[in-house]
Amino acid sequence: MKVLVPVKRVIDYNVKARVKADQTGVDLANVKMSMNPFDEIAVEEAVRLKEGKEHHAAGTASEIVAVSIGVTQAQETIRTALAMGADRGLLIQSDKDLEPLAVAKLLKAVVDEEKPDLVLMGKQSIDGDNNAVGQMLAALLGWPQATFAGKLVVADGKATVTREVDGGLQTLAVTLPAVVTVDLRLNTPRYASLPNIMKAKKKEIAVKAVADYGVDVADRLKVVKVTEPPKRSAGIKVADAAELVANLKTAGVL
Amino acid sequence: MAVLVIADHDGSSVRDTTHKTVTAALALSSDVDVLVLGSKAAADAAAKIAGVRKVLFADGADLGHGLAEAVEATVVPLAAGYDAVLSPATTDGKNFMPRIAAKLDVAPISDIIEVLSSDSFVRPIYAGNALETVQSSDAKKVITVRPTAFAAAAEGGSAPVESVASADTDKATFVSEEMVKSDRPELGAAKIVVSGGRAMGSAEEFHAVIEPLADKLGAAVGASRAAVDAGYAPNDYQVGQTGKVVAPALYIAVGISGAIQHLAGMKDSKIIVAINKDADAPIFQVADYGLVGDYKTVVPELMAALG
Repeated sequence: MKVLVPVKRVIDYNVKARVKADQTGVDLANVKMSMNPFDEIAVEEAVRLKEGKEHHAAGTASEIVAVSIGVTQAQETIRTALAMGADRGLLIQSDKDLEPLAVAKLLKAVVDEEKPDLVLMGKQSIDGDNNAVGQMLAALLGWPQATFAGKLVVADGKATVTREVDGGLQTLAVTLPAVVTVDLRLNTPRYASLPNIMKAKKKEIAVKAVADYGVDVADRLKVVKVTEPPKRSAGIKVADAAELVANLKTAGVL
Repeated sequence: MAVLVIADHDGSSVRDTTHKTVTAALALSSDVDVLVLGSKAAADAAAKIAGVRKVLFADGADLGHGLAEAVEATVVPLAAGYDAVLSPATTDGKNFMPRIAAKLDVAPISDIIEVLSSDSFVRPIYAGNALETVQSSDAKKVITVRPTAFAAAAEGGSAPVESVASADTDKATFVSEEMVKSDRPELGAAKIVVSGGRAMGSAEEFHAVIEPLADKLGAAVGASRAAVDAGYAPNDYQVGQTGKVVAPALYIAVGISGAIQHLAGMKDSKIIVAINKDADAPIFQVADYGLVGDYKTVVPELMAALG
């Protein structure tokens, strides 16, 4: 079974995003960038499907292809996926940040070419916070989807997925090929070891351009402005529980 | 302009999130219809929301379980009659709305917190550290609404209920569900939330410290990701960028450091109280009232002070 894992280069999750003074966006100059945390979990699960870790049968995945759409430096993100155990990479170069619909259309074109049995990806990127690409890709392909996966079992042409939903957990079975988006609790991603980082340098990354796919990637949403959220006024430190309760009563919340 | 709201329900009645989404829809148009999937009782309940023009009811087991393929196949034909389709940004809404948008070839607009006009909306990005104002050029809008950002529409309507055609899916099958049972208020709608973090150290301690305090206040229980990951609390309790977003009147964070991802889920609360023994914890930067101390002594004192 071939697994395609889309990965995104985003601001590191520990960095607090700063809005540009001209309100055109978030300042990403000289900011630490990393692989989107959810995508690391997707790569890890794909590698486990190949290695047969935990409840997976060894060789469930035969090949793992990591794909990223973005600037030249997104090759580093793909290289990280290769060091974790992906077999080869594909970068679709784009100087501008594409909208989820455009990304889904490009990924559909990649799926048409690569013909994977499973697309395993993060549930959302921590920059746009859209939580949309996986669902949109499934729709464009006419494939079933299982989002917010907290557990994945692949057997007999099906993926059985336990999803993290409001109120608890829901288990679905989807016929392959399918798109599965992963949640935080699916696994703990490994750190790439130095030998694996060295080996990853020898793995192939194909580089293509958005134009190679003949897909309409025009923006549908115009970003009018990006602003800072309202600041909270400074609070006070109270000395003890009694003072806290007195304050909360005065504020009318108790 | 007509707007369709896809209701969030529990199988017998509509949730508060639906009322809040109706408020956002009414900011777009006075012609608001509500679609209820898989529960006639919930459709009858939706008919009582003030301002609703009519309720559409589509029946089917796959729809009742919220399977995205069936929801997409049911909603896409109906969308022809509407200029916008809205749903609350619950896990169900987040699951099926982008799928519907892709089928309609439009850009979904996720988790809006404000309606500026019929084509302009505000939404948080980067874990709520920035607010993005977007203007859509799509003829049809597909939008998920952050419920905590809108007031609930009142009861008192009497809209007619109509049945509409439904679809099933053969590519996805519902297997089972395991819902967390709780008599406490629902986290997303509670007026007071008490959340515990990693400092609790164990599930037993979490139950012993956080739950009695929550019960004393009639509050819902929340947790940080660290507490959930460590198994102290169920996943469903997680407050944050990737869990639930809450905005209660009072949020009490006990033993929570206040990582960016946690703040994203609670910093719109009216009053935030932080109890933490580390005086430099980031949570104190957003707290209205901070109490530096060990929760082991502070929480019992708080219980006593509450009487």
